[in-house]
Amino acid sequence: MTIYGVAIMAIAALLGTALGDILGQAVHVKANVGGVGFAMIFLVTARVWLEKRGALTPGIKLGVEFWATMYIPVIVAMAADLNVFSASKSGPMVLMAGAASVLSCAIVVAIISRLDKGNSAKWEPPPDVFIDGAAINGPSGPLPDDVASDQTPRTP
Amino acid sequence: MSYLAGLLKTESLITAFALVGVVMFLSHLASKYLTRGRVHGSAIAIVAGLGLAWWGGRVTHGNNGLADVPMFAGVGLMGSNLFRDFAIVATAFEVDVAQAKRAGLLGAFAIVIGTALPFTMGVMVARAYGFTDAVSLTTIGAGAITYIVGGVTGTAIGASSTLLALSIGVGVFKAILVMVGTPIAAKYIGLDNPRSAMAYGGLMGTVSGVTGGLAATDPKLVPYGALVATFHTGFGCLVGPSILFFTVRFLVGG
Repeated sequence: MTIYGVAIMAIAALLGTALGDILGQAVHVKANVGGVGFAMIFLVTARVWLEKRGALTPGIKLGVEFWATMYIPVIVAMAADLNVFSASKSGPMVLMAGAASVLSCAIVVAIISRLDKGNSAKWEPPPDVFIDGAAINGPSGPLPDDVASDQTPRTP
Repeated sequence: MSYLAGLLKTESLITAFALVGVVMFLSHLASKYLTRGRVHGSAIAIVAGLGLAWWGGRVTHGNNGLADVPMFAGVGLMGSNLFRDFAIVATAFEVDVAQAKRAGLLGAFAIVIGTALPFTMGVMVARAYGFTDAVSLTTIGAGAITYIVGGVTGTAIGASSTLLALSIGVGVFKAILVMVGTPIAAKYIGLDNPRSAMAYGGLMGTVSGVTGGLAATDPKLVPYGALVATFHTGFGCLVGPSILFFTVRFLVGG
């Protein structure tokens, strides 16, 4: 059932947030430390476990994939909430500090990916999961028929 | 007309779904016909979102962009951390576990550099613009890490609200630059595989910037960048009011 996928994700998100809060308190920080990251790790763990048991039904996948496909629209909404007007009016110091920070980090990314070429060149998206980010981009064609039937276990 | 305005206001989240859907549709049309697919539709949609935020801020003089316009308040909920984080978690379903494990160390390394480097840059720029005391320098430097780190750090070390606004301004501008700049810079900085996406997430840090930028570049890379970037903010909030502040205070005295 679709709700199973949504619920698994919600449980992963709650556990991750709780763990992030606990970690934040442990190191005396007034913020959640890595909660979303932990939640992502929990969800991946759940996927791998379900896959191994052949229990990753199309329904569960649909429940999670729906939210993944909503990801870009949510980001667009988030962009529309930023205080762009005041940022655009802020003085040269704000612009300089922001630009210097982004530029210096971009240069380090470029250096790392040059040095790291050998490690990353071989990467292909895992064939068993979603192809070409379809889960985030949204499927290009109509949904496959099996989405409708919840009972078929996923073929490994 | 007033009925319509009232309806859109009561059904605010639903209005937001419709509005964002229309923005996405128009952006994809623009991508296809105006740029012949060269500029990703998502990139155009994000820039359109920023444009709407600018308009909202101009009309209402509020802090929350379009969400301050009563009719579009639902955009604030749709784009809130709650929805954003839930959707980011969902993208993890697509993570290639072996890849993510192998790049873990690289990600951690990137987080440390991605905190120290922008902080140093921010402090240097603030110093060049005449700030000399440890609290101001640290607050502005922390804003250059991300706007959340800027806010948390500034509050923790007792910065004034003007200073906080300045610091958060630096962070917001950084997020905007990363969102818009990533698709343009991707080719030149080798951003085409999970490892570099993880390094990128750790270095840029800003979750909104990284995930927005990667979404507009190559959605496959989003979960990898996000996985690391979400730890970046926590790390920044940890070292900002402590190690970084003490270091600055040691260097400038006072």
